[in-house]
Amino acid sequence: MSTIEWPLWEVFIRSKQGLNHKHVGSLRAPDATLALENARDVYTRRSEGISIWVVESAHIHATDIDDAASFFEPSDTKIYRHPTFYEVPDGVKHM
Amino acid sequence: MTQAEKELRFQEKIDREIKIEPNDWMPDEYRQTLVRQISQHAHSEVVGMLPEGNWITRAPNLRRKAVLLAKVQDEAGHGLYLYSAVETLGTSREQTIDDLHSGKAKYSSIFNYPALTWADIGTIGWLVDGAAIMNQVALCRTSYGPYARAMVKICKEESFHQRQGYESLIKLCNGTPQQKAMAQDAMNRFWWPALMMFGPSDAESTHSDQSIKWKIKRFTNDELRQSFVDATVPQAEILGLTIPDSNLKWNEERGHYDFSEIDWNEFWQVVKGNGPCNKERLAARVKAKEEGAWVREAASAFAKKRAMKKSA
Repeated sequence: MSTIEWPLWEVFIRSKQGLNHKHVGSLRAPDATLALENARDVYTRRSEGISIWVVESAHIHATDIDDAASFFEPSDTKIYRHPTFYEVPDGVKHM
Repeated sequence: MTQAEKELRFQEKIDREIKIEPNDWMPDEYRQTLVRQISQHAHSEVVGMLPEGNWITRAPNLRRKAVLLAKVQDEAGHGLYLYSAVETLGTSREQTIDDLHSGKAKYSSIFNYPALTWADIGTIGWLVDGAAIMNQVALCRTSYGPYARAMVKICKEESFHQRQGYESLIKLCNGTPQQKAMAQDAMNRFWWPALMMFGPSDAESTHSDQSIKWKIKRFTNDELRQSFVDATVPQAEILGLTIPDSNLKWNEERGHYDFSEIDWNEFWQVVKGNGPCNKERLAARVKAKEEGAWVREAASAFAKKRAMKKSA
């Protein structure tokens, strides 16, 4: 008997108020309700979370790993965006 | 870029301790080695539920029952983390599971030994999970990102598995002479299979060198086995159990325990499917898949129906 493959879901968990939801892993489930319940059973067995997001993996768009060097180049070449680029005389405080 | 250049750049990344992620270029053999190793690991977690699950209804009290249930549930979770990691390498979940059921993929041979008495459950937690932890702690630094992340999660959860087993054995070893004898009997049966969990000796291990070079493995089978023996002997002494090996003794010069050669004939027999429970374990997995098929299909049909209602 061949089974219909359930969609893959990415699981994000907020561990406590004030923190971001963070990617923790993935699972397969037929719909969002079961994906959330499975995520609870698999990824929060020891009070790891107070909120869960599940997103169907097919809905995630990602940068292309092969183009990463040129894609991120604009930020790598602008060292003047970092505070350490600037010289400040000794003795200047609170800066 | 030529194949050779790609391979060179790949090895440079590994040497610089940069993790490999799913969409990165990787040699086919690296991918195949990972699929084989991670799926074998996943299957072990899942098949490992069988000998212990068998004792849930017979646990001696409610506390032990709750603990065993939690442990078995963890193993299911660990299987899932690892199946997800295999999937990132481009093999389907279905295929991975079918490879187990057809006998193409292996799982740890330790689960082909039966859990005959309640003392076996404590011994499995102590020795089998102990050996698994020795292996898994080393794998937390493996070069493939999703595998390493799964291992970190697993290790965090696994240490209770070993401690609950040891605690259960302390009770038995301090109990009646019959209970102590039951613990010793379990030790006698599980000691050698536990040492076999680290795989063939380095001289016989076909995949070891390349796996070390690619940092899939950080230590060889024999190194991990030695660490396990060194860590476990003092724990057995505290329990007052005798390790069934007359050659076991501390070697001052090496700074390690010496121990007898493993019965490799037994090892290969069990790997090849002739262990006490091989057929039973596989049959249980195939049955679970077949008998659960209608649940999976019903869940899919329900999801479809609900989606249609929403869009209507």
